[in-house]
Amino acid sequence: MGEVDMSNAVEVTAPMASSDAARETKFHTRGVQVFYGEKQALFDVDLDIYENEVTALIGPSGCGKSTYLRTLNRMNDTIDICRVKGKIELDGTDVYSDKIDVVHLRARVGMVFQKPNPFPKSIYENIAYGPRIHGIATGKEDIDQIVEESLTKASLWNEVKDRLDEPGTGLSGGQQQRLCIARAIAVQPEVILMDEPCSALDPIATARIEELIDELRDNFTIVIVTHSMQQAARVSQRTAFFHLGDLVEVGETGKIFTTPQDQRTQDYITGRFG
Amino acid sequence: MSFTFVLGALIILTVAGFYLGRSRSMASAGGTASRLHSRPHYYGYFVALWCGIPTILILGVWTVFQTPIVEMIVQGNLPERMLEGDPAQMSLIMNDIRNLASGNITSGEITPAVQAAADQYVSLVQTSALAKFVLILVVGIAAIAYARGKIAPSLRARNQVEKTMMAILIICSVIAILTTIGIVMSLVFESYRFFEKVSPVEFLFGLEWSPQTALRSDQVGASGAFGAIPLFVGTLLISFVAMCVAGPIGLLSAIYMAEYAPLKVRGAVKPLLEILAGIPTVVYGFFAALTVAPFLRDQGTFLGLDISSESALAAGLVMGIMIIPFVSSLSDDVINAVPQSLREGSYGLGATKSETIKRVILPAALPGIVGSFMLAISRAIGETMIVVMAAGLGANLTANPLEAVTTVTVQIVTLLVGDQEFDSAKTLAAFALGLVLFCVTLCLNIIAMAVVNKYREQYD
Repeated sequence: MGEVDMSNAVEVTAPMASSDAARETKFHTRGVQVFYGEKQALFDVDLDIYENEVTALIGPSGCGKSTYLRTLNRMNDTIDICRVKGKIELDGTDVYSDKIDVVHLRARVGMVFQKPNPFPKSIYENIAYGPRIHGIATGKEDIDQIVEESLTKASLWNEVKDRLDEPGTGLSGGQQQRLCIARAIAVQPEVILMDEPCSALDPIATARIEELIDELRDNFTIVIVTHSMQQAARVSQRTAFFHLGDLVEVGETGKIFTTPQDQRTQDYITGRFG
Repeated sequence: MSFTFVLGALIILTVAGFYLGRSRSMASAGGTASRLHSRPHYYGYFVALWCGIPTILILGVWTVFQTPIVEMIVQGNLPERMLEGDPAQMSLIMNDIRNLASGNITSGEITPAVQAAADQYVSLVQTSALAKFVLILVVGIAAIAYARGKIAPSLRARNQVEKTMMAILIICSVIAILTTIGIVMSLVFESYRFFEKVSPVEFLFGLEWSPQTALRSDQVGASGAFGAIPLFVGTLLISFVAMCVAGPIGLLSAIYMAEYAPLKVRGAVKPLLEILAGIPTVVYGFFAALTVAPFLRDQGTFLGLDISSESALAAGLVMGIMIIPFVSSLSDDVINAVPQSLREGSYGLGATKSETIKRVILPAALPGIVGSFMLAISRAIGETMIVVMAAGLGANLTANPLEAVTTVTVQIVTLLVGDQEFDSAKTLAAFALGLVLFCVTLCLNIIAMAVVNKYREQYD
């Protein structure tokens, strides 16, 4: 299984790389395996993530796409029984090596979660939290500026600028998720990982987040896990299809959805399973 | 015809009622349970309740009123001249009669009149017991027959049984509430009597506590001073020392258990800490009085400090250890209740574990932690045994924890221990102190609950 998938992935990615050689590789992962206790959740995943574009990870529930996403900023470290094997490089440095401090890694690779999880603090404090702990800003003016910029980039500023002191938990679900995105942006990361960021939101809020993702692409590299194939098609430039812990196929989003190479991808996107 | 025997008969009757009711319901439905309104066993319960409730009521009422009624009859039959004595004399005679009837030693010579009264006492008790037994049997059987007669497939036995059960539950909780109200009322009335003798202003703001009043008019003694401030100060001082111990240790161990400890360690440490709450306070008391206090005194001598052998410090330290589990266990629960998503959100921003705890988890859990502190403080204020043994009795108005102080609870104990008149200001002062204590702990508990509830709403 693993062998076949690997060749598949390489086949598809190879022309991509040559067609747009100018793009920098942000994450370079080879042979990623993840185990939860005895159970193997990911089998030899080889995937490259390119700078300033949106990579969507799709696949049926339990296929390992969230697990893969969480290896990129070592969020799996918080789960005791989880083990990760393989090579995961960010700008050429192995993120699992001793040289990398997980705190710095997560400052460079931000994350937005499935369910909006603002801290039970004011809107202002939610944004200021990251810059403060990383010492990005010290003075009140600096922080004010970061808060405004982050909220503006997350297209939330106009809605909340008059009530920055109110608790972040009082916002609507969609606003909370944009607050979480703003919170991630405030640390000035290079990559933003999004784990099904719209699954708890209504269609209008989802549309706003999708718009936002498209705008953020200019400044950040984005990896998004999504259950919705439409969403993957709308927001991403590249799509990776996971199935049962294998990376089945990866390529330009348009190609994946129109001319998939693998039968399983074909079945999934046409709705035969998943 | 002992109480247990009658109770046993009653239970057998009730159980029999259950089976009779159940079989009757099946018979009435022609053997098909589906034709019945309720499941057959509900008809059993229906009959059992009909039999059990009135008979238990009869048993209870009869047992309560038997002795007074029998004694009234016996007393009424005593010869004229014996009735003329004063009430104390009368109660002595009744005591003799009771003792004679039950075969105990009597106080003096047995007169024929007393012997006759005792014989009558015995026979009355026997008759009464027999009558009780017969009445219960008759009522029980009659009730079973009546309830059984009512059984028909259309009888809504389940609804009636459940209504009755609900009534029983309500009665039980009402009893609990009424008891509490009764205790509070007795505190209030006795305190009122105290405040008739001593003004509330003097009691609440007076600086001298010396409750020894003259018992007889010719006695030379302290006139009594009821300024409770030294007691309040002593209580607060010891509670403060206790919280200085329990607060940090409890909270930090809660943080360790909730955030750092592996699951196995937590599973072992938490119950171990909770054992601290299960140690009888009297054991803490002698630990404080015999181990900690002398140790502190010796160390004090070594350092050139004058620490009395009964000190607020010793009592406070040991009490602090006792209330650690109140803080740690509750705080641990509260910290655990902070959603995992908040932790992940913080880690995802590159925060370290300690930053996450300090800036996200503790602020989120703060109301609950405050609640746990409040409960611990109210426990410390109400604690008696440790302070009785280790804090001393001297009502010193001092903020120095190295001296002996006394607390509200200790004074209540000393005021009421031993033979006391129950109408002097001295003993009544205990009720006033109790009332103050009750009000303070009640307020603390209400605040704690309000804070904890507010916290709960935040995540639901």
